[in-house]
Amino acid sequence: MTPAIETVGLVKTYGQTRAVDGLDITVPVGGVYGLLGPNGAGKTTTIRILATLVRPDAGRAAVLGHDVVREADAVRGRVSLTGQFASIDEDLTGEENLVLQARLLGFPRRRARRRAAELLAAFDLTDAAGRLVKTYSGGMRRRVDLAASLVAGADLLFLDEPTTGLDPRSRGEVWDLVRTLVGQGTTVLLTTQYLDEADQLADRIAVIDHGRVIAEGTPGELKSSVGSGVLHVRLLRPEQRPEAERVLAEVLDTRIQLDSDEAALSARVDDVERGAYALAALSRAGIEVAAFGLGQPSLDEVFLALTGQTQEVAA
Amino acid sequence: MTVVLSGARPPRASAVSASLAFGWRSLLKIRHVPEQLADAILAPVLFTVLFTYLFGGAFAGSTSRYLNFLLPGTLVMTVLLVTVYSGLALNTDLTRGVLNRFRALPIWQPALIVGGLLGDAGRYLLSAGLVIGLGLAMGFRPDGGVVGVLLAVALILVFAFSLSWVWTTLGLLLRSPQSVTMVSFLVQFPLTFASNVFVDPATMPGWLQAFVDANPVSHLVSTERALMQGTASAGQVGGVLVAAAALVAVFAPTTMYLYRRKP
Repeated sequence: MTPAIETVGLVKTYGQTRAVDGLDITVPVGGVYGLLGPNGAGKTTTIRILATLVRPDAGRAAVLGHDVVREADAVRGRVSLTGQFASIDEDLTGEENLVLQARLLGFPRRRARRRAAELLAAFDLTDAAGRLVKTYSGGMRRRVDLAASLVAGADLLFLDEPTTGLDPRSRGEVWDLVRTLVGQGTTVLLTTQYLDEADQLADRIAVIDHGRVIAEGTPGELKSSVGSGVLHVRLLRPEQRPEAERVLAEVLDTRIQLDSDEAALSARVDDVERGAYALAALSRAGIEVAAFGLGQPSLDEVFLALTGQTQEVAA
Repeated sequence: MTVVLSGARPPRASAVSASLAFGWRSLLKIRHVPEQLADAILAPVLFTVLFTYLFGGAFAGSTSRYLNFLLPGTLVMTVLLVTVYSGLALNTDLTRGVLNRFRALPIWQPALIVGGLLGDAGRYLLSAGLVIGLGLAMGFRPDGGVVGVLLAVALILVFAFSLSWVWTTLGLLLRSPQSVTMVSFLVQFPLTFASNVFVDPATMPGWLQAFVDANPVSHLVSTERALMQGTASAGQVGGVLVAAAALVAVFAPTTMYLYRRKP
């Protein structure tokens, strides 16, 4: 089956900066594919190439089987995009923006108006329909923007940082919308700097840094590539921590992390059984445990391990 | 949210309906931001009224005689000045990121620019109408009659459309709407003032006369005058049309090349 997106050795240079530097990704049809990376990692440039807005300097990219340079028009006929870089017209009303979009996509006049009204209602913008977009709040703008990209059905939807700057409620709404779309068979390419967003939505994730893919897989695979899990322990008596550290180091044969909480410490464990064994060893040594947890590393930890840098804007 | 997912796309918009949709957009913008018509209204009033009474007595002995000489020139000046909006509008779309959305649509790519020019036609007609209307009220009585005046307006509209492509090219090259206005002013100011709009170049020093004679604006003004006086030759009109065609031949493809390749 033809993948939704396939790029091979994609390169785009701006002056001295290699914004995209040999990017290879294959996005299967269906589901959400996340491009995760810090600011300036090349996420937006990649989307611009895939949406036929920018020509790559080297390599090739195909969207739904069509080459983005040679068959740009065929690509445009099947994709839709929304994001910070493709904005709506502030000098028009929300309704006019949507009618214009519908007219440009080939809707006859009356159907265009009807479609705009449907979308305005669905995005809770009916009351603001006749106001100029420049008077809208950030969340309202984002909703018009999303509505504009949903005027006509698309096989592939590019969502460039769709929730940046949104409050938690609007964020949840966007997430629900993405899930609904995916349920209807749309493939979504999502860029985000929010690890929890990628974790929540994406079926597969490519972690991008300096224009390259540095890791790829399902969220679960990415987490287990860093280490299978982490045992967190909280002691009843903080003064027992040095003793606990010694016991755990002996049993688990790994470096023990002392948390800023004076009663807490954590260690990487390979499997659940070993974690349980370590807890038993603590008990035998007379160290009282107030709470413990065994969990997979978060994507934050994955990102840190992969890029050697912390996420500046991570949620 | 099920309403959101309407499924299939309708058949693609034709080149004409896409251009008309963008034309509708420019008219909407005029309706929402009527201030942007200020130039298109003020320039004709200022140029026609002010210059006629300022210079009329001194240059031609009477304002009405001067008006008959000046009016074709102010018509050219005002309409040419307004053409910069084509580049200004395009650059605004570019800097605001609106262009990205349009460029990713499966439409005939020049539609945005062609549609914008359709909207500009409203501006040009408004300016031209004001110049002629004011002129008639102030005593402008051209020998070419109604036909001559209409032909003159038609010719300046054709030329304005062609010149617009110069500004759309600049609109895609420059960084901000302000710089588009600036460059267009720097080009248009010397070309319109160092021409035969205000006075017959016969009394000018030789070097200036040479410039004025070579200035394309002078040729345009002479042709407009001749049309309004009913003395235009086919060669004169043909010359303007060839110049207009040449502008389109060079700048329309350049605009589209830049439009498609915008990084």
